[in-house]
Amino acid sequence: MAQASYPDDLLYHPDHDWARIDPADPALATLGITWYAQDSLGEVVFFDPPAVGSTLAKDSSYAEVESVKAVSDVIAPLSGEIVEVNDALSENAAMINEEPYDAGWLVKVRMSDPSERDALMDAAAYMASLPG
Amino acid sequence: MSSPATPMLRRTPLFERHEAAGARLVDFAGWEMPVQYTGVREEHMAVREACGIFDVSHMGEIETSGPQALELLQRLLSNDVAAIAVGGAQYSVLCREDGGVLDDLFTYRLGAERYLTVTNASNHERDLAWFMAGAEQFPRAVVVDRIDDYAMLAVQGPRAREIVQAISDSPLPERMRADERRLGGEQALVCGTGYTGEDGVELLCEPGAAGEIWDQLARRGAVPAGLGARDTLRLEACFHLYGNDLSLERGPVEAGLAWCCKEDTGFIGADAVRAVRDAGPAEKLVAFEIDGPGIARQGNPIAGGGEVTSGTQSPCLGMGIGMAYVPAAAAPVGTRLEIDVRGKMRPAVVKEKPLYRKGS
Repeated sequence: MAQASYPDDLLYHPDHDWARIDPADPALATLGITWYAQDSLGEVVFFDPPAVGSTLAKDSSYAEVESVKAVSDVIAPLSGEIVEVNDALSENAAMINEEPYDAGWLVKVRMSDPSERDALMDAAAYMASLPG
Repeated sequence: MSSPATPMLRRTPLFERHEAAGARLVDFAGWEMPVQYTGVREEHMAVREACGIFDVSHMGEIETSGPQALELLQRLLSNDVAAIAVGGAQYSVLCREDGGVLDDLFTYRLGAERYLTVTNASNHERDLAWFMAGAEQFPRAVVVDRIDDYAMLAVQGPRAREIVQAISDSPLPERMRADERRLGGEQALVCGTGYTGEDGVELLCEPGAAGEIWDQLARRGAVPAGLGARDTLRLEACFHLYGNDLSLERGPVEAGLAWCCKEDTGFIGADAVRAVRDAGPAEKLVAFEIDGPGIARQGNPIAGGGEVTSGTQSPCLGMGIGMAYVPAAAAPVGTRLEIDVRGKMRPAVVKEKPLYRKGS
């Protein structure tokens, strides 16, 4: 994905992560990293997923993404338990660059405190927070 | 994740071209340098399959001349400088008395009593001071800092010679040879050297001539490549990077560079190097491949001793690769290693160098 894009239906965390709340289940969220994050990283070559069943805490690292040059922590925008990880990324981590909001999703989470979503930003606020 | 502009960084004569090409610019040893243009992997493959062009003008140059130039260089450099013919090139290391490595460098013999040594950007000032101090014992050797007089381009890949040849006034020097040519009307020292594991040339020219040469080569198909690709290319070829695989704490024998040390020349550090060569090094720099997922990085410890000094994802091999110092007993090819990658133990195997070879 060459052009910056920040879909309106997502919630954003200042550490450049997004959350998509399931419309049918407000306690279920899909998480990923933003266009800005993947662009800053460069080509992602490896995603080390957490185990299904493990917990994650808002604002803490729950996984790592590696580009050719460096490794970066992925910060949880919400707290909860991992219910699914994107296994397709183990074969093709570049999906995180190519489709950061679709095929490049990282994990699905059963939220432990759905009210945490209120602390996240909408697309306009997130875009306004980006440098340059 | 942002990188605010730092006004103190030095810029090469090609800076505006990098900016215009959309390069991501980073601070590298005090220089604002392109780390990538379109992407590390794409630039890496351009060099392996066709031709890439790198701006390496941040590298330094020291000229040594005069009747005692050879004597001085023989004292400073680990290799046998007397073996360089006029128009020849040689790789060597610069050692302290204790054998610790100050830098690794290429030296070109430009004339009977005239040599040009190319330094790493991060070491240039220290190297220059070391050369100057050494010259005090050789009053008829003149050491001159030439860093401001040269821009440097590396043109590398299977098509590199053909592309440079097309703008050259005469046939290019062979591998490990260096000579003046006119390239697209500009004067340049053309060197049959490089640091990517591919054939190609390195060009040293006046800063004012670099833009014209760059443009002409790019127009003929040389793909601009950044320091990111330069690093993955050199690591696949198992070439050392100073600050990673070479340092003051380790000597050339443990680094696998005994081949460029000729102790009989009496260079500074020769006794220390000879002692390690005779006794055998306690640790050795090995190349490894990760067996499975994961990428080891500089500083990752190895179970049983040793540490990773360079690590990346190999674009050509599609796996984590790197170099590491390990106890000599763990250095033979085929030895299995366990590398602690941020708390996860990743299995790896010691491999033959280079990790990537043409046609492999």
